[in-house]
Amino acid sequence: MDIPYTVELRPDTGLYNAKVGIWLFLASEVMLFGALFSAYILLRVGAPEGYWPHGWLNVPLGTANTLVLITSSITTVLAWVSLKANQFGRFKLFHAITLLCALVFVGIKSFEYHDKFVHYEFTLKNGKFADGHMVENKLKQDGNSFTGYAVIRGHVVEDERELYDLNAHKAPAHEDIRIDGAQIAKMGNYGPWHNTYTAIYFTLTGLHALHVIGGAIVIGFLWGPGSKLWETDPERFTNRIEISGLFWHFVDLIWIFLFPVLYLL
Amino acid sequence: MTHMEATHAIPHPGVHEAHHEGSGFWRGYVFSTDHKVIGLQYGFTALCFLLFGFFLMLMMRWQIGHPGQPVPIMGPVLEKVLGQVASRGIMSPDLYNSFGAMHGTIMVFMAIVPLAFAAFGNYLVPLMIGAPDMAFPRVNMASYQAYVLGGLIMFTSFFIPGGAAQAGWTSYSPLATSIPTNGQTFWIVGMVLLITSSLLGAVNVIATIIQLRAPGMTWMRLPFFVWAQFVTAFLLLLAFPPLEAAALMQLMDKVAHTSFFLPTGLAIGGTLANVSGGGSPLLWQHLFWFLAHPEVYVLILPAMGIVAEIIANNTRKSIWGYKSLVYSILTLGFLSFIVWAHHMYLTGMGTRISTFFQTTTMIISIPSVVILTCLFMSLWGGSIRFNTPMLFVMAFLPMFGIGGLTGLPLGFSYSDLHLHDTYYVIAHFHYIVAPGTIFALFAGIYYWFPKITGRTMDEFWGRVHFWLSLVFMNLIFQPMFAQGMAGMLRRMSDGGANYSAATLGPDVSGGLSSRILHLNIFILWAAVGLGIAQVPFILNFFWSIKHGKPAGSDNPWQATTLEWQTPTPPPHGNFATPPQVYRGPYEYSVPGHDRDFTPQNEPEKA
Ligand code: HEM
Ligand SMILES: [Cu+2]
Repeated sequence: MDIPYTVELRPDTGLYNAKVGIWLFLASEVMLFGALFSAYILLRVGAPEGYWPHGWLNVPLGTANTLVLITSSITTVLAWVSLKANQFGRFKLFHAITLLCALVFVGIKSFEYHDKFVHYEFTLKNGKFADGHMVENKLKQDGNSFTGYAVIRGHVVEDERELYDLNAHKAPAHEDIRIDGAQIAKMGNYGPWHNTYTAIYFTLTGLHALHVIGGAIVIGFLWGPGSKLWETDPERFTNRIEISGLFWHFVDLIWIFLFPVLYLL
Repeated sequence: MTHMEATHAIPHPGVHEAHHEGSGFWRGYVFSTDHKVIGLQYGFTALCFLLFGFFLMLMMRWQIGHPGQPVPIMGPVLEKVLGQVASRGIMSPDLYNSFGAMHGTIMVFMAIVPLAFAAFGNYLVPLMIGAPDMAFPRVNMASYQAYVLGGLIMFTSFFIPGGAAQAGWTSYSPLATSIPTNGQTFWIVGMVLLITSSLLGAVNVIATIIQLRAPGMTWMRLPFFVWAQFVTAFLLLLAFPPLEAAALMQLMDKVAHTSFFLPTGLAIGGTLANVSGGGSPLLWQHLFWFLAHPEVYVLILPAMGIVAEIIANNTRKSIWGYKSLVYSILTLGFLSFIVWAHHMYLTGMGTRISTFFQTTTMIISIPSVVILTCLFMSLWGGSIRFNTPMLFVMAFLPMFGIGGLTGLPLGFSYSDLHLHDTYYVIAHFHYIVAPGTIFALFAGIYYWFPKITGRTMDEFWGRVHFWLSLVFMNLIFQPMFAQGMAGMLRRMSDGGANYSAATLGPDVSGGLSSRILHLNIFILWAAVGLGIAQVPFILNFFWSIKHGKPAGSDNPWQATTLEWQTPTPPPHGNFATPPQVYRGPYEYSVPGHDRDFTPQNEPEKA
């Protein structure tokens, strides 16, 4: 006995097995991201007045990435439709665009990550805060004391909260500032450890990026070596494209939530 | 036996086996995609973990009974293998904490769930619904491999510097994050793999039940066991991901020094921790219990499924209230998602939230009681066959009853204030999981053994195993209710000796009476007794595989469900001819039929 309904539809459910499987899997993914979004809400609600960041992320870049993913969702559908219409060449073309979009997305995301890792905040001994991108780092740390110096392109503020709401406090023109080790009480870059916002930002977008990469690997496989199946069992191959497409749409959808939550609100 | 079975018993060797799998040890036993082989792999691995988890607890019980004294027999071994933490064969508090955390983790995630859900589910669900295999055989294999890998990581963590995780199976932050060893990191990575395994398994079981039911196998003709597995799979599918999210965040806290669960001003060992703060310890607890309450139903529902099958078969009559059972279990599954914070009454959530969770907790007791009542009522008027599986099942009913009833005082916040974190809670859930679920699992093993091996396990030694286990289980867990009500806290490496010796003030005498403390020694020997009681089982199990009494038929218990209407053991592809289902799962003693059971695939007479 072969396993039934691997390709043909089961009459009473109207589905083939893998389609049931992917929907169930996506349900679990909803719960996974749902839990992280809940964590976001709880951390944000629990943050002290004025200490939840606004405007820390680059909205034009985020918008660009949103458009890139939407495009890739469209080409994913078109790739599947092409197979349904028996046009293998067009399938190849459309999914090539999908893969290109995935690459662009990950590229832009890495650039944004890098920008956060070279962005530093210094708590100075005089109670002020210096903030900006590292230009030259000649600091040496020994326990809690620093020697040497650093040059950052940024500004100095009196109240740390000015660094948090960048929408309300438009930062003054950035200039190169030299900071001596002796002035520094504490320093750190905007990595995940910076505060709970960067923590949830890196975790959510990092997990999402892993999904993008995983999806791209699967689609890439089906586009390249896996596409041989088209010659022997076109129906099954079309189903695989549909399944991987459903996953891809889900990954896009997550981003549609991530973008406003992290970039705009 | 009857002619009916004979026609179904004709095996077609070769035809089915040759078809998908190459032969050979590796493809046949290690990298098999056959649901039955995977089920057995799960079962065997999980039983090993069950035994291992039990040994951890035995050593802890020694330490609780005789704090600071070298562990007999095992002490030198511990010292040799683990070094400093067990110097002179004495269990240090750190080691006690590791063993405690790992006992819980192993028992829940690596023993009971893999046995009850993955092993029994894998082996039986496709057979019971008349399917040739699971819907996704290769995913099935991957899920077993993820489980083994997760298990190996957990096991390895005992031997890294600092040892295994120490913060309990609940792994509350900030404690879990601030213990400076790497045990917790191993725990998290292991958990992520175990979660992945469960998710893959859950997808597979649900898809199989939805898609691969044989013609005629409508939803209301499914054996109750299949319903139980169906609901269990949904619980795993939807409850585990939040824990996975929590585990990822705890991993970030541990390795990337974020502060998801670390509050502002956190001091560790008297100094301010070097973290950004701003996180929420309660967030961890919410996410953890959002999984872990449904998880406790994952532990019990498959057991209920097994119990229903065995009761129907051995009372020779239909299950009482099949539909009530089905609707109750669906309700139970749904409600189990909205009771989680009854584990958190003492966190100061506020009375309104407490009231909400008290209410849902009381409501969820209703379907539990309906299920138990249906199972009890099924006994009424039956001509009961008291074989070993049935004995275990008969014990399950009152044991689960005790466990469930003692949950009610925990479900009210005002009585839970006193009982929380005491041995009363330990007794409560062990009554459900140990003489409850584990008894049902034993019953299942004795019951389906003839289908798997073609031989039956020895009745006499089965009974010895049963009676000794029943007695010792109760001797172990009954005293814990008393200890808990007297205020003895759980997770104390000296069993409360220090706490008891302390004077609390001029008018307040020491914490625990010596009677309560002495129970620790009593429990220790009861636990040793329980261990010895498992020897007949283990020997019987292995001996019967080769030398047990031949079952003599493909359907020795004269059962109605489809798994018995196959050759023994079922070949690859399961059924000689694709089955067609004509009737419900429990047509026993139907008036007018010439036998007292009518298999589901027996056509109506013209
Ligand atoms: C039938 C109704 C039940 C009620 C009302 C109930 C209620 C509770 C409550 C309120 C607690 C928390 C006690 C505390 O920490 O102070 C608890 C703990 C627990 N229950 Fe139940 N329970 C029920 C059934 C079950 C079932 C079916 C299981 C399945 C195995 C189970 C397993 C557990 C476990 C494992 C814990 C302890 C978790 C821990 O703190 O480590 N309970 N129960
Ligand atoms: Cu609970």
